[in-house]
Amino acid sequence: MWSTVGGNCGSGCREWQAGRMRIVVCVKHVPELESARAFSEGRAVRSTEDGTLNEVDENAVEAALALGEGASEAEVIAVTVGPAPAVDAVRRALQMGADRGLHVIDDALVGADYAATTTALAAAVRSIGEVDAVVTGMAALDGLGAVVPSLLAAELGLPQMTVAHEVSSADGVVTIKRDVAGATETWRAPLPAVISVTDVANSPRLPKMKEILAARSKEVATVSLADLGLAAADVVSRTQVLEASRRPDRAGPELVTDDDGQGGRKLADYLISEGLI
Amino acid sequence: MATAVVYLDGDPREGVLEAVTLARQVGDVVAVAPAPLGSEAVQTLGRYGVTRLVHLETGGVAMDAPAAVGQALADAATQLDATAVLLTSTFGTKEIAAHTAHHLRAGLLVDVGDLRLHEGHLAGSKRAFGGTWDTSCAVTTDRGVATVRPNAVQAEPVQTPVDVVTGALTVTAQVPAGLELVSREVHDSDSARPPLAEAAIVVAAGRGTFGDFDPVHELADVLGAAVGTTRDCVDEGWLPHDAQVGQTGVTVAPRLYLGAGISGAPHHIGGMSASQTIVAVNIDAEAPLVEMADFAVVGDLASVLTDAAEAIREHRAQS
Repeated sequence: MWSTVGGNCGSGCREWQAGRMRIVVCVKHVPELESARAFSEGRAVRSTEDGTLNEVDENAVEAALALGEGASEAEVIAVTVGPAPAVDAVRRALQMGADRGLHVIDDALVGADYAATTTALAAAVRSIGEVDAVVTGMAALDGLGAVVPSLLAAELGLPQMTVAHEVSSADGVVTIKRDVAGATETWRAPLPAVISVTDVANSPRLPKMKEILAARSKEVATVSLADLGLAAADVVSRTQVLEASRRPDRAGPELVTDDDGQGGRKLADYLISEGLI
Repeated sequence: MATAVVYLDGDPREGVLEAVTLARQVGDVVAVAPAPLGSEAVQTLGRYGVTRLVHLETGGVAMDAPAAVGQALADAATQLDATAVLLTSTFGTKEIAAHTAHHLRAGLLVDVGDLRLHEGHLAGSKRAFGGTWDTSCAVTTDRGVATVRPNAVQAEPVQTPVDVVTGALTVTAQVPAGLELVSREVHDSDSARPPLAEAAIVVAAGRGTFGDFDPVHELADVLGAAVGTTRDCVDEGWLPHDAQVGQTGVTVAPRLYLGAGISGAPHHIGGMSASQTIVAVNIDAEAPLVEMADFAVVGDLASVLTDAAEAIREHRAQS
Protein backbone atom coordinates (compact mmCIF):
# COMPACT_ATOMS: atom_id res chain seq x y z
CA MET A 1 0.00 0.00 0.00
CA TRP A 2 2.65 2.54 -0.93
CA SER A 3 1.07 5.88 -1.33
CA THR A 4 2.33 9.35 -1.83
CA VAL A 5 2.58 12.12 0.68
CA GLY A 6 2.08 15.67 -0.49
CA GLY A 7 0.97 14.84 -4.01
CA ASN A 8 4.49 14.62 -5.42
CA CYS A 9 4.06 11.20 -6.95
CA GLY A 10 6.31 11.34 -9.99
CA SER A 11 7.42 8.63 -12.36
CA GLY A 12 9.12 6.85 -9.47
CA CYS A 13 5.77 6.11 -7.83
CA ARG A 14 5.44 2.48 -6.85
CA GLU A 15 2.51 0.28 -7.59
CA TRP A 16 0.12 -0.36 -4.74
CA GLN A 17 1.13 -3.58 -3.08
CA ALA A 18 -0.92 -5.21 -0.42
CA GLY A 19 0.78 -5.74 2.88
CA ARG A 20 3.79 -3.47 2.43
CA MET A 21 4.12 -0.44 4.63
CA ARG A 22 6.53 2.41 5.13
CA ILE A 23 6.09 4.33 8.36
CA VAL A 24 7.86 7.47 9.49
CA VAL A 25 8.19 8.13 13.20
CA CYS A 26 9.20 11.64 14.27
CA VAL A 27 11.34 11.78 17.40
CA LYS A 28 12.78 14.61 19.45
CA HIS A 29 15.78 14.97 21.69
CA VAL A 30 14.79 16.98 24.77
CA PRO A 31 16.53 18.06 27.98
CA GLU A 32 16.06 15.60 30.87
CA LEU A 33 13.17 16.70 33.07
CA GLU A 34 15.42 16.77 36.10
CA SER A 35 18.35 18.53 34.49
CA ALA A 36 18.93 22.23 35.03
CA ARG A 37 16.93 23.36 32.03
CA ALA A 38 17.61 26.91 30.96
CA PHE A 39 17.37 29.52 28.25
CA SER A 40 20.34 31.36 26.83
CA GLU A 41 19.95 34.24 24.37
CA GLY A 42 16.28 33.39 23.96
CA ARG A 43 16.85 29.75 23.15
CA ALA A 44 16.59 26.55 25.13
CA VAL A 45 20.06 25.23 25.95
CA ARG A 46 20.66 21.81 24.37
CA SER A 47 23.41 19.40 25.28
CA THR A 48 24.20 15.72 24.83
CA GLU A 49 24.81 14.99 28.50
CA ASP A 50 21.44 16.14 29.80
CA GLY A 51 19.39 15.05 26.81
CA THR A 52 17.11 12.12 26.22
CA LEU A 53 14.54 10.81 23.76
CA ASN A 54 11.29 12.70 24.43
CA GLU A 55 9.63 10.01 26.57
CA VAL A 56 6.28 9.85 24.79
CA ASP A 57 8.19 9.41 21.52
CA GLU A 58 8.99 5.89 22.77
CA ASN A 59 5.23 5.29 22.55
CA ALA A 60 5.32 6.72 19.03
CA VAL A 61 8.13 4.34 18.02
CA GLU A 62 6.22 1.45 19.57
CA ALA A 63 3.04 2.47 17.70
CA ALA A 64 4.97 2.73 14.44
CA LEU A 65 6.51 -0.73 14.94
CA ALA A 66 3.09 -2.15 15.82
CA LEU A 67 1.54 -0.66 12.67
CA GLY A 68 4.32 -2.28 10.68
CA GLU A 69 3.79 -5.63 12.33
CA GLY A 70 0.41 -5.86 10.61
CA ALA A 71 2.11 -5.80 7.23
CA SER A 72 4.00 -8.56 5.47
CA GLU A 73 6.86 -6.17 4.92
CA ALA A 74 7.44 -2.92 6.74
CA GLU A 75 10.04 -0.24 6.98
CA VAL A 76 10.10 2.17 9.94
CA ILE A 77 12.15 5.33 9.54
CA ALA A 78 12.98 7.56 12.51
CA VAL A 79 13.24 11.25 11.63
CA THR A 80 14.50 14.09 13.78
CA VAL A 81 15.23 17.78 13.32
CA GLY A 82 17.82 19.27 15.62
CA PRO A 83 21.46 19.96 16.44
CA ALA A 84 24.14 17.23 16.61
CA PRO A 85 23.05 15.67 19.96
CA ALA A 86 19.56 15.12 18.51
CA VAL A 87 20.84 12.04 16.69
CA ASP A 88 20.66 10.24 20.07
CA ALA A 89 16.87 10.27 19.77
CA VAL A 90 17.12 8.53 16.39
CA ARG A 91 19.61 6.00 17.82
CA ARG A 92 17.18 5.14 20.59
CA ALA A 93 14.43 4.55 18.00
CA LEU A 94 16.81 2.30 16.03
CA GLN A 95 17.54 0.31 19.19
CA MET A 96 13.82 -0.21 19.67
CA GLY A 97 13.53 -1.58 16.15
CA ALA A 98 13.27 1.25 13.61
CA ASP A 99 15.10 0.30 10.42
CA ARG A 100 16.92 3.49 9.56
CA GLY A 101 17.19 7.13 10.55
CA LEU A 102 17.13 10.57 9.03
CA HIS A 103 18.62 13.53 10.88
CA VAL A 104 17.96 17.04 9.58
CA ILE A 105 20.67 19.37 10.85
CA ASP A 106 21.28 22.91 9.68
CA ASP A 107 22.48 26.13 11.26
CA ALA A 108 19.44 27.85 9.80
CA LEU A 109 17.28 25.72 12.13
CA VAL A 110 18.83 26.96 15.37
CA GLY A 111 16.00 28.47 17.41
CA ALA A 112 13.38 27.22 14.91
CA ASP A 113 9.78 27.73 16.08
CA TYR A 114 6.81 25.40 15.43
CA ALA A 115 6.37 26.63 11.86
CA ALA A 116 10.04 26.34 10.86
CA THR A 117 10.42 22.96 12.56
CA THR A 118 7.32 21.68 10.79
CA THR A 119 8.53 22.88 7.39
CA ALA A 120 11.79 20.98 7.87
CA LEU A 121 10.03 17.85 9.20
CA ALA A 122 7.54 17.83 6.33
CA ALA A 123 10.34 18.19 3.79
CA ALA A 124 12.16 15.29 5.44
CA VAL A 125 9.03 13.12 5.23
CA ARG A 126 8.54 14.04 1.57
CA SER A 127 12.18 13.22 0.82
CA ILE A 128 11.53 9.65 1.91
CA GLY A 129 8.98 9.21 -0.87
CA GLU A 130 5.82 7.18 -0.49
CA VAL A 131 4.81 6.88 3.13
CA ASP A 132 1.80 5.16 4.72
CA ALA A 133 1.83 6.81 8.11
CA VAL A 134 3.64 9.51 10.07
CA VAL A 135 3.62 8.78 13.80
CA THR A 136 4.61 11.21 16.58
CA GLY A 137 4.34 11.58 20.33
CA MET A 138 1.45 13.82 21.42
CA ALA A 139 3.76 16.57 22.70
CA ALA A 140 7.40 17.33 23.26
CA LEU A 141 7.99 17.39 26.97
CA ASP A 142 10.23 20.46 26.80
CA GLY A 143 7.93 22.87 24.97
CA LEU A 144 4.58 21.17 25.59
CA GLY A 145 3.03 23.01 22.68
CA ALA A 146 1.47 19.82 21.28
CA VAL A 147 0.89 21.62 17.97
CA VAL A 148 3.51 20.12 15.66
CA PRO A 149 1.47 16.96 14.84
CA SER A 150 -1.44 19.17 13.67
CA LEU A 151 0.90 21.51 11.77
CA LEU A 152 2.57 18.53 10.14
CA ALA A 153 -0.78 17.10 9.05
CA ALA A 154 -1.73 20.49 7.60
CA GLU A 155 1.61 20.87 5.84
CA LEU A 156 1.46 17.36 4.35
CA GLY A 157 -2.24 17.64 3.54
CA LEU A 158 -3.03 14.47 5.48
CA PRO A 159 -5.82 13.61 7.93
CA GLN A 160 -4.71 13.82 11.56
CA MET A 161 -5.46 11.24 14.24
CA THR A 162 -4.01 12.95 17.28
CA VAL A 163 -3.72 12.33 21.04
CA ALA A 164 -4.64 8.69 20.43
CA HIS A 165 -4.69 6.29 23.35
CA GLU A 166 -5.69 3.42 21.09
CA VAL A 167 -4.54 2.82 17.52
CA SER A 168 -5.58 0.01 15.23
CA SER A 169 -5.32 -0.51 11.51
CA ALA A 170 -6.73 -2.90 8.93
CA ASP A 171 -6.80 -2.84 5.14
CA GLY A 172 -5.19 0.55 4.93
CA VAL A 173 -7.64 2.22 7.33
CA VAL A 174 -6.59 3.49 10.76
CA THR A 175 -8.96 3.87 13.69
CA ILE A 176 -8.01 5.73 16.86
CA LYS A 177 -9.65 6.56 20.14
CA ARG A 178 -8.91 9.71 22.06
CA ASP A 179 -10.14 11.29 25.29
CA VAL A 180 -10.54 15.03 24.95
CA ALA A 181 -12.57 17.56 26.92
CA GLY A 182 -14.68 15.03 28.80
CA ALA A 183 -15.51 12.83 25.82
CA THR A 184 -14.11 9.78 24.05
CA GLU A 185 -13.88 10.25 20.31
CA THR A 186 -13.33 7.54 17.71
CA TRP A 187 -11.83 8.71 14.41
CA ARG A 188 -11.21 6.77 11.25
CA ALA A 189 -9.16 7.67 8.18
CA PRO A 190 -7.58 5.92 5.24
CA LEU A 191 -3.78 5.84 5.17
CA PRO A 192 -1.65 7.81 4.76
CA ALA A 193 -2.35 9.80 7.93
CA VAL A 194 -0.54 11.61 10.73
CA ILE A 195 -1.01 9.83 14.05
CA SER A 196 0.03 11.15 17.48
CA VAL A 197 -0.08 8.95 20.56
CA THR A 198 -0.27 9.42 24.32
CA ASP A 199 1.83 7.60 26.88
CA VAL A 200 -0.98 5.14 27.61
CA ALA A 201 -1.27 4.05 23.96
CA ASN A 202 1.10 1.12 24.51
CA SER A 203 4.06 -0.15 26.51
CA PRO A 204 7.27 0.70 24.67
CA ARG A 205 9.59 -2.29 24.28
CA LEU A 206 12.91 -2.21 26.09
CA PRO A 207 15.74 -2.96 23.68
CA LYS A 208 17.99 -5.87 24.65
CA MET A 209 21.78 -5.67 24.46
CA LYS A 210 21.74 -7.54 21.13
CA GLU A 211 19.38 -4.97 19.63
CA ILE A 212 21.39 -2.10 21.05
CA LEU A 213 24.51 -3.48 19.38
CA ALA A 214 22.68 -4.18 16.10
CA ALA A 215 21.38 -0.60 16.03
CA ARG A 216 24.95 0.67 15.75
CA SER A 217 25.21 -0.58 12.19
CA LYS A 218 21.86 0.84 11.09
CA GLU A 219 22.05 3.73 8.68
CA VAL A 220 21.37 7.29 9.83
CA ALA A 221 21.42 9.77 6.95
CA THR A 222 22.39 13.30 7.93
CA VAL A 223 20.88 15.91 5.66
CA SER A 224 20.90 19.69 5.45
CA LEU A 225 18.02 21.93 4.37
CA ALA A 226 19.65 22.21 0.94
CA ASP A 227 19.64 18.41 0.66
CA LEU A 228 15.87 18.58 1.21
CA GLY A 229 15.47 21.22 -1.48
CA LEU A 230 14.88 24.01 1.02
CA ALA A 231 16.60 27.38 1.26
CA ALA A 232 17.14 29.08 4.61
CA ALA A 233 14.40 31.54 3.59
CA ASP A 234 11.90 28.66 3.44
CA VAL A 235 12.24 27.88 7.13
CA VAL A 236 11.94 31.31 8.71
CA SER A 237 10.44 31.24 12.19
CA ARG A 238 7.23 33.24 12.58
CA THR A 239 7.82 33.97 16.25
CA GLN A 240 10.70 35.40 18.24
CA VAL A 241 11.62 35.19 21.90
CA LEU A 242 11.74 38.72 23.34
CA GLU A 243 12.79 37.78 26.84
CA ALA A 244 13.41 34.75 29.06
CA SER A 245 13.90 34.92 32.80
CA ARG A 246 14.08 32.44 35.64
CA ARG A 247 11.17 32.59 38.09
CA PRO A 248 11.96 32.89 41.79
CA ASP A 249 11.84 29.60 43.72
CA ARG A 250 8.78 28.95 45.86
CA ALA A 251 9.27 29.74 49.54
CA GLY A 252 8.35 26.27 50.84
CA PRO A 253 5.14 25.12 52.44
CA GLU A 254 3.32 26.06 55.59
CA LEU A 255 3.23 22.53 57.00
CA VAL A 256 0.61 21.08 59.35
CA THR A 257 -0.03 17.48 60.35
CA ASP A 258 -3.25 15.57 60.86
CA ASP A 259 -1.86 13.86 63.98
CA ASP A 260 -4.44 15.68 66.08
CA GLY A 261 -7.23 14.99 63.58
CA GLN A 262 -7.42 18.72 62.83
CA GLY A 263 -5.60 18.59 59.47
CA GLY A 264 -8.75 18.79 57.38
CA ARG A 265 -10.09 21.72 59.40
CA LYS A 266 -6.74 23.53 59.14
CA LEU A 267 -6.82 22.97 55.40
CA ALA A 268 -10.29 24.49 55.20
CA ASP A 269 -9.16 27.43 57.37
CA TYR A 270 -6.22 28.04 55.03
CA LEU A 271 -8.45 28.04 51.93
CA ILE A 272 -10.90 30.41 53.65
CA SER A 273 -8.13 32.76 54.83
CA GLU A 274 -6.67 32.89 51.32
CA GLY A 275 -10.07 33.83 49.89
CA LEU A 276 -10.22 30.61 47.85
CA ILE A 277 -13.64 29.51 49.13
CA MET B 1 -7.92 49.98 15.43
CA ALA B 2 -6.71 46.41 15.21
CA THR B 3 -9.23 43.59 15.28
CA ALA B 4 -8.86 40.61 17.62
CA VAL B 5 -10.90 37.51 16.84
CA VAL B 6 -11.80 35.24 19.76
CA TYR B 7 -13.04 31.75 18.91
CA LEU B 8 -15.71 30.15 21.06
CA ASP B 9 -17.11 26.69 20.44
CA GLY B 10 -20.34 27.19 22.37
CA ASP B 11 -21.73 29.43 25.08
CA PRO B 12 -19.09 31.77 26.52
CA ARG B 13 -17.45 30.01 29.46
CA GLU B 14 -15.04 31.61 31.90
CA GLY B 15 -11.99 30.70 29.78
CA VAL B 16 -13.45 32.43 26.72
CA LEU B 17 -14.32 35.55 28.75
CA GLU B 18 -10.73 35.62 30.04
CA ALA B 19 -9.52 35.49 26.43
CA VAL B 20 -11.97 38.28 25.55
CA THR B 21 -10.63 40.33 28.48
CA LEU B 22 -7.07 39.90 27.16
CA ALA B 23 -8.18 40.48 23.56
CA ARG B 24 -9.35 43.99 24.50
CA GLN B 25 -5.65 44.87 25.00
CA VAL B 26 -5.04 44.04 21.37
CA GLY B 27 -8.00 45.57 19.58
CA ASP B 28 -11.68 45.58 18.76
CA VAL B 29 -13.02 42.16 19.79
CA VAL B 30 -15.00 40.05 17.32
CA ALA B 31 -16.25 36.68 18.59
CA VAL B 32 -16.42 33.83 16.06
CA ALA B 33 -18.56 30.77 16.74
CA PRO B 34 -19.30 27.68 14.64
CA ALA B 35 -23.07 28.18 15.14
CA PRO B 36 -25.43 31.00 16.20
CA LEU B 37 -25.65 31.67 19.96
CA GLY B 38 -28.68 32.35 22.14
CA SER B 39 -29.58 35.89 23.23
CA GLU B 40 -28.28 35.35 26.77
CA ALA B 41 -24.86 34.31 25.44
CA VAL B 42 -24.81 37.33 23.14
CA GLN B 43 -25.59 39.66 26.06
CA THR B 44 -22.80 38.08 28.10
CA LEU B 45 -20.35 38.78 25.28
CA GLY B 46 -21.57 42.39 25.19
CA ARG B 47 -20.92 42.79 28.90
CA TYR B 48 -17.31 41.77 28.26
CA GLY B 49 -16.87 44.22 25.42
CA VAL B 50 -17.36 42.03 22.34
CA THR B 51 -18.57 44.35 19.56
CA ARG B 52 -19.49 41.76 16.98
CA LEU B 53 -20.39 38.08 16.90
CA VAL B 54 -20.25 36.12 13.68
CA HIS B 55 -21.17 32.49 13.18
CA LEU B 56 -19.55 30.48 10.45
CA GLU B 57 -21.53 29.30 7.42
CA THR B 58 -19.59 26.39 5.93
CA GLY B 59 -22.16 25.11 3.46
CA GLY B 60 -22.83 22.00 5.51
CA VAL B 61 -19.24 21.01 6.27
CA ALA B 62 -19.16 19.54 9.80
CA MET B 63 -17.19 21.56 12.34
CA ASP B 64 -15.68 18.63 14.23
CA ALA B 65 -12.31 17.94 12.58
CA PRO B 66 -9.67 20.43 13.85
CA ALA B 67 -8.45 20.86 10.27
CA ALA B 68 -11.88 22.03 9.08
CA VAL B 69 -12.49 24.38 12.03
CA GLY B 70 -8.96 25.79 11.75
CA GLN B 71 -9.39 26.49 8.06
CA ALA B 72 -12.80 28.12 8.59
CA LEU B 73 -11.40 30.28 11.39
CA ALA B 74 -8.45 31.34 9.23
CA ASP B 75 -10.83 32.34 6.45
CA ALA B 76 -12.92 34.34 8.94
CA ALA B 77 -9.79 36.06 10.31
CA THR B 78 -8.77 37.06 6.79
CA GLN B 79 -12.22 38.42 5.95
CA LEU B 80 -12.33 40.33 9.24
CA ASP B 81 -8.74 41.52 8.72
CA ALA B 82 -7.83 40.39 12.23
CA THR B 83 -4.42 41.13 13.72
CA ALA B 84 -4.93 38.42 16.32
CA VAL B 85 -6.83 35.14 16.50
CA LEU B 86 -7.27 33.92 20.07
CA LEU B 87 -8.49 30.64 21.52
CA THR B 88 -8.50 29.21 25.02
CA SER B 89 -5.82 26.54 25.51
CA THR B 90 -7.16 23.00 25.47
CA PHE B 91 -6.11 19.96 23.45
CA GLY B 92 -8.84 20.57 20.90
CA THR B 93 -8.35 24.30 20.50
CA LYS B 94 -4.56 24.00 20.22
CA GLU B 95 -5.14 21.72 17.22
CA ILE B 96 -7.55 24.23 15.71
CA ALA B 97 -5.04 27.04 16.37
CA ALA B 98 -2.32 25.08 14.56
CA HIS B 99 -4.46 24.73 11.44
CA THR B 100 -5.51 28.39 11.60
CA ALA B 101 -1.87 29.48 11.86
CA HIS B 102 -0.97 27.17 8.98
CA HIS B 103 -3.61 28.67 6.68
CA LEU B 104 -2.80 32.25 7.68
CA ARG B 105 0.97 31.56 7.51
CA ALA B 106 0.95 33.27 10.88
CA GLY B 107 3.11 32.99 13.97
CA LEU B 108 1.63 30.78 16.71
CA LEU B 109 1.93 31.39 20.46
CA VAL B 110 0.76 28.56 22.71
CA ASP B 111 -0.45 28.76 26.35
CA VAL B 112 0.19 32.46 26.88
CA GLY B 113 -0.94 34.14 30.10
CA ASP B 114 -1.08 37.71 28.78
CA LEU B 115 -1.31 39.50 25.45
CA ARG B 116 -0.19 42.81 24.00
CA LEU B 117 1.04 44.31 20.77
CA HIS B 118 4.81 44.51 20.35
CA GLU B 119 5.62 46.97 17.57
CA GLY B 120 2.27 46.12 16.02
CA HIS B 121 2.74 42.36 16.33
CA LEU B 122 0.89 40.03 18.67
CA ALA B 123 2.98 39.17 21.73
CA GLY B 124 2.43 37.18 24.92
CA SER B 125 4.18 35.49 27.83
CA LYS B 126 4.26 31.85 28.78
CA ARG B 127 5.79 29.63 31.41
CA ALA B 128 8.44 27.15 30.33
CA PHE B 129 10.33 24.18 31.75
CA GLY B 130 7.79 23.11 34.31
CA GLY B 131 6.97 26.66 35.37
CA THR B 132 10.55 27.55 36.30
CA TRP B 133 11.01 30.12 33.53
CA ASP B 134 8.97 32.99 32.11
CA THR B 135 9.35 33.72 28.41
CA SER B 136 7.93 36.50 26.34
CA CYS B 137 7.40 35.93 22.61
CA ALA B 138 6.10 37.92 19.67
CA VAL B 139 4.97 36.82 16.24
CA THR B 140 6.89 38.27 13.33
CA THR B 141 3.95 38.03 10.92
CA ASP B 142 1.17 40.60 10.33
CA ARG B 143 -1.40 38.28 11.87
CA GLY B 144 -0.80 36.18 14.94
CA VAL B 145 -2.58 33.19 16.48
CA ALA B 146 -2.44 32.53 20.23
CA THR B 147 -3.97 30.11 22.69
CA VAL B 148 -4.59 31.62 26.11
CA ARG B 149 -3.94 29.65 29.31
CA PRO B 150 -7.15 29.51 31.35
CA ASN B 151 -7.12 31.24 34.77
CA ALA B 152 -4.10 33.39 33.91
CA VAL B 153 -6.28 36.47 34.34
CA GLN B 154 -9.66 37.23 35.85
CA ALA B 155 -12.41 37.88 33.28
CA GLU B 156 -13.50 41.50 33.68
CA PRO B 157 -16.63 43.09 32.24
CA VAL B 158 -16.41 46.49 30.54
CA GLN B 159 -17.91 49.54 32.26
CA THR B 160 -20.64 50.00 29.66
CA PRO B 161 -22.07 46.86 28.05
CA VAL B 162 -21.86 46.79 24.25
CA ASP B 163 -24.72 46.10 21.86
CA VAL B 164 -23.29 43.15 19.95
CA VAL B 165 -23.81 43.14 16.19
CA THR B 166 -24.50 39.58 15.10
CA GLY B 167 -24.40 37.97 11.70
CA ALA B 168 -23.24 35.09 9.56
CA LEU B 169 -19.96 34.81 7.70
CA THR B 170 -19.58 32.43 4.78
CA VAL B 171 -16.25 30.62 4.99
CA THR B 172 -14.42 27.80 3.25
CA ALA B 173 -13.83 24.63 5.22
CA GLN B 174 -12.74 21.20 4.13
CA VAL B 175 -12.44 17.95 6.03
CA PRO B 176 -9.35 15.97 4.93
CA ALA B 177 -10.41 13.26 2.49
CA GLY B 178 -11.70 10.15 4.20
CA LEU B 179 -11.40 11.48 7.77
CA GLU B 180 -14.45 10.56 9.77
CA LEU B 181 -15.62 11.04 13.37
CA VAL B 182 -17.12 7.64 14.03
CA SER B 183 -18.45 8.35 17.52
CA ARG B 184 -18.28 10.81 20.36
CA GLU B 185 -19.26 9.66 23.83
CA VAL B 186 -19.47 12.31 26.53
CA HIS B 187 -18.28 11.02 29.91
CA ASP B 188 -21.25 11.18 32.31
CA SER B 189 -19.46 11.69 35.58
CA ASP B 190 -17.66 14.84 34.45
CA SER B 191 -20.62 16.72 33.10
CA ALA B 192 -21.52 18.40 36.42
CA ARG B 193 -17.95 19.57 37.00
CA PRO B 194 -16.05 22.29 35.17
CA PRO B 195 -13.69 21.18 32.37
CA LEU B 196 -10.32 20.23 33.87
CA ALA B 197 -8.20 22.43 31.60
CA GLU B 198 -10.24 25.53 32.42
CA ALA B 199 -11.26 24.97 36.06
CA ALA B 200 -10.40 27.67 38.59
CA ILE B 201 -9.93 24.95 41.22
CA VAL B 202 -8.50 21.48 40.58
CA VAL B 203 -8.55 18.68 43.14
CA ALA B 204 -6.13 16.03 41.93
CA ALA B 205 -5.44 12.70 43.56
CA GLY B 206 -2.92 9.96 42.93
CA ARG B 207 -1.84 6.54 44.06
CA GLY B 208 -2.46 7.48 47.68
CA THR B 209 -6.19 6.98 47.04
CA PHE B 210 -5.63 3.27 46.37
CA GLY B 211 -8.41 3.70 43.82
CA ASP B 212 -10.99 5.18 46.20
CA PHE B 213 -11.84 8.63 44.79
CA ASP B 214 -14.98 9.20 46.92
CA PRO B 215 -13.32 11.68 49.35
CA VAL B 216 -11.73 13.39 46.35
CA HIS B 217 -15.07 13.81 44.58
CA GLU B 218 -16.69 14.98 47.81
CA LEU B 219 -14.18 17.81 48.30
CA ALA B 220 -14.19 18.67 44.59
CA ASP B 221 -17.96 19.05 44.62
CA VAL B 222 -17.88 21.26 47.72
CA LEU B 223 -15.27 23.46 46.01
CA GLY B 224 -16.88 23.38 42.56
CA ALA B 225 -13.59 21.93 41.34
CA ALA B 226 -12.55 19.70 38.47
CA VAL B 227 -10.99 16.33 39.36
CA GLY B 228 -7.55 15.45 38.08
CA THR B 229 -5.21 12.53 38.54
CA THR B 230 -1.80 11.12 37.73
CA ARG B 231 -0.55 8.80 34.99
CA ASP B 232 -0.31 5.92 37.47
CA CYS B 233 -4.02 6.12 38.21
CA VAL B 234 -4.89 6.27 34.51
CA ASP B 235 -2.69 3.20 33.96
CA GLU B 236 -4.60 1.48 36.75
CA GLY B 237 -7.84 2.33 34.95
CA TRP B 238 -9.15 4.30 37.93
CA LEU B 239 -9.87 7.42 35.82
CA PRO B 240 -9.81 8.16 32.07
CA HIS B 241 -6.84 9.77 30.31
CA ASP B 242 -8.55 13.16 30.00
CA ALA B 243 -8.38 13.42 33.80
CA GLN B 244 -4.60 13.02 33.72
CA VAL B 245 -2.73 16.14 34.78
CA GLY B 246 0.82 16.25 33.52
CA GLN B 247 3.10 16.63 30.58
CA THR B 248 1.33 13.91 28.61
CA GLY B 249 -2.06 14.82 29.95
CA VAL B 250 -3.88 18.04 30.58
CA THR B 251 -1.82 21.09 31.54
CA VAL B 252 -3.58 23.01 34.30
CA ALA B 253 -2.85 26.38 35.88
CA PRO B 254 -5.82 26.96 38.21
CA ARG B 255 -6.12 29.53 40.97
CA LEU B 256 -6.02 26.62 43.43
CA TYR B 257 -4.48 23.22 42.79
CA LEU B 258 -4.92 20.67 45.59
CA GLY B 259 -2.95 17.45 45.16
CA ALA B 260 -3.76 14.55 47.48
CA GLY B 261 -1.79 11.32 47.63
CA ILE B 262 0.43 12.58 44.81
CA SER B 263 4.17 12.38 45.41
CA GLY B 264 4.92 14.74 42.53
CA ALA B 265 6.80 12.98 39.75
CA PRO B 266 8.41 15.43 37.28
CA HIS B 267 5.80 14.44 34.68
CA HIS B 268 2.96 15.51 36.89
CA ILE B 269 4.63 18.68 38.16
CA GLY B 270 5.31 19.78 34.58
CA GLY B 271 1.57 19.87 34.02
CA MET B 272 0.54 21.86 37.10
CA SER B 273 3.48 23.94 38.30
CA ALA B 274 2.07 27.18 36.88
CA SER B 275 -0.85 26.91 39.36
CA GLN B 276 -1.27 29.99 41.54
CA THR B 277 -1.78 28.38 44.95
CA ILE B 278 -0.61 24.81 45.51
CA VAL B 279 -1.86 22.69 48.40
CA ALA B 280 -0.64 19.15 49.09
CA VAL B 281 -2.03 16.38 51.28
CA ASN B 282 0.35 13.48 51.72
CA ILE B 283 1.52 11.00 54.34
CA ASP B 284 5.11 11.81 53.29
CA ALA B 285 6.28 15.27 54.41
CA GLU B 286 9.23 15.02 52.01
CA ALA B 287 7.26 14.29 48.85
CA PRO B 288 8.29 16.70 46.05
CA LEU B 289 4.74 18.03 45.73
CA VAL B 290 4.69 18.84 49.46
CA GLU B 291 8.02 20.64 49.13
CA MET B 292 6.75 22.84 46.30
CA ALA B 293 3.38 23.55 47.94
CA ASP B 294 2.25 26.77 49.61
CA PHE B 295 0.37 24.79 52.24
CA ALA B 296 0.56 21.10 53.07
CA VAL B 297 -1.13 18.67 55.42
CA VAL B 298 0.79 15.58 56.41
CA GLY B 299 -1.76 12.87 56.96
CA ASP B 300 -4.14 10.34 55.46
CA LEU B 301 -5.93 11.91 52.52
CA ALA B 302 -9.26 10.17 53.07
CA SER B 303 -9.82 11.72 56.49
CA VAL B 304 -8.18 15.07 55.68
CA LEU B 305 -10.28 15.63 52.54
CA THR B 306 -13.50 14.49 54.19
CA ASP B 307 -12.89 16.72 57.25
CA ALA B 308 -11.99 19.66 55.02
CA ALA B 309 -15.19 19.22 53.00
CA GLU B 310 -17.19 19.10 56.24
CA ALA B 311 -15.49 22.24 57.62
CA ILE B 312 -16.14 24.14 54.37
CA ARG B 313 -19.82 23.14 54.44
CA GLU B 314 -20.05 24.39 58.05
CA HIS B 315 -18.32 27.64 57.11
CA ARG B 316 -20.76 28.18 54.26
CA ALA B 317 -23.75 27.42 56.49
CA GLN B 318 -22.58 30.05 58.99
CA SER B 319 -21.81 32.81 56.53
